[in-house]
Amino acid sequence: MIEVRRLVKLFGVKQVLRGLNFHVEPGEFVALLGPNGAGKTTFLRILASLSRPTAGSVWIGGYALPSQAATVRCRLGVVTHQPLLYGDLTAEENLRFYARLYGLEDASARITSVLELVGLLPRRADLVRTFSRGMQQRLAIGRAILHDPDVLLFDEPYTGLDQDACDMLDTVLREVAARGRTVVMTSHDLARVETLASRFDVLSRGVIAASISRHDLTGKNLLDFYREALA
Amino acid sequence: MKNTPSITHASFLRAVFSIIWKDLAAELRSRELLSAMLIFALLVILIFNFALELTPSLRPAATPGILWVIFSFAGTLGLNRSMAQEKDRGCLDGLLLAPVDRSAIFFGKMIGNLVFMMIVEIIVLPVYSFLYNFNLFIPGLLLVVLLGSIGYAAVGTLLASMAVQARTRDILLPILLFPVIVPLLLAAVRASGGYLQGLGMDVIAPWLNLLVGYDIIFLAIAYMVFDYVVEE
Repeated sequence: MIEVRRLVKLFGVKQVLRGLNFHVEPGEFVALLGPNGAGKTTFLRILASLSRPTAGSVWIGGYALPSQAATVRCRLGVVTHQPLLYGDLTAEENLRFYARLYGLEDASARITSVLELVGLLPRRADLVRTFSRGMQQRLAIGRAILHDPDVLLFDEPYTGLDQDACDMLDTVLREVAARGRTVVMTSHDLARVETLASRFDVLSRGVIAASISRHDLTGKNLLDFYREALA
Repeated sequence: MKNTPSITHASFLRAVFSIIWKDLAAELRSRELLSAMLIFALLVILIFNFALELTPSLRPAATPGILWVIFSFAGTLGLNRSMAQEKDRGCLDGLLLAPVDRSAIFFGKMIGNLVFMMIVEIIVLPVYSFLYNFNLFIPGLLLVVLLGSIGYAAVGTLLASMAVQARTRDILLPILLFPVIVPLLLAAVRASGGYLQGLGMDVIAPWLNLLVGYDIIFLAIAYMVFDYVVEE
């Protein structure tokens, strides 16, 4: 589903990604771990077609980036640190706006089902600026899954969420994974991703330093694996 | 692999109108942008009214300059706010993630900015006419205001998209914008003056042609380069 070969990204003279190789099968849930500054967000932004690679190749669902970016974007849902929502629009208006951009034909029914899934149906007519951080993140997830994408990219989705919101996010992620969607998620919360992901990749100094499947992790602690990979 | 709900490629026009609708709906609630532009514009009219003792004979010559100072500075306020709203909550990324031609994003934002400018102009022109006792409702002048506003919104939206990436965007936009719009302002002031002073079309036409040419060139440039301006 995702194929990345020898990916390089330079910001000026600073090399953030240094020939990174990455492969994800359809339906896999990959947790991308790594310290701050390892290049996780940069890598996700390239996968999301928000940033152009300096060198290397990226394919998603058989389509190359950036040349076939518009086709890839139809199949991508992205959740970042920021909610990507308009505070002066209601929850429903935000989703309706994105539904129009994505050309969804059955928008009303889809918006209702997504709001129900993220637990915001009773607040559908409220302005987003009146929402708490957790509610905004839930709506951001609703925005990302509105067009039922094949691939979901989550960049630190737990940042700033309280316990209830984290649990709700877990539920949504499990639901998405159970429906066979491919998920790539960056996180520093090892305890949470350990129960969710099917594979764990450690990104360090611009390359994948280590990778292990959940099956191979049996009897081992993810934190120990992570520390070994960084060492 | 594909078992997504019925997705059609969002058409260019649908994306443009969605973005315009979104900007207008958000502004209708917050009134942040229009109130700042309008208060600024009305204050400038009042200050000029007190500062310049314009006799009836001086009004036709001074009015074009005053009007375009108001429109261009109020327009800059609007451009800065319009793009800042997209950037501050990461919404620009949300737009860029949509499977639409990125020039549709440019045209949506540009037309939204144009609408805000025109709302200010619709209010400023009668207020100016009333305070200075000087009729500005001349069809030719209104055409010049429209053409000048289109060019201003086109260049302004493109440069605001660049400036919004910087931390010093409030200062950067005027620094980038005003040198580029000198030909537009010159043509707009000259053509407006021509209509207000009752000059013939032989004097006004070259300036109108320059305005139309400027609009076409910068709309075309923005259409071609917007994708590169907004991408990292």
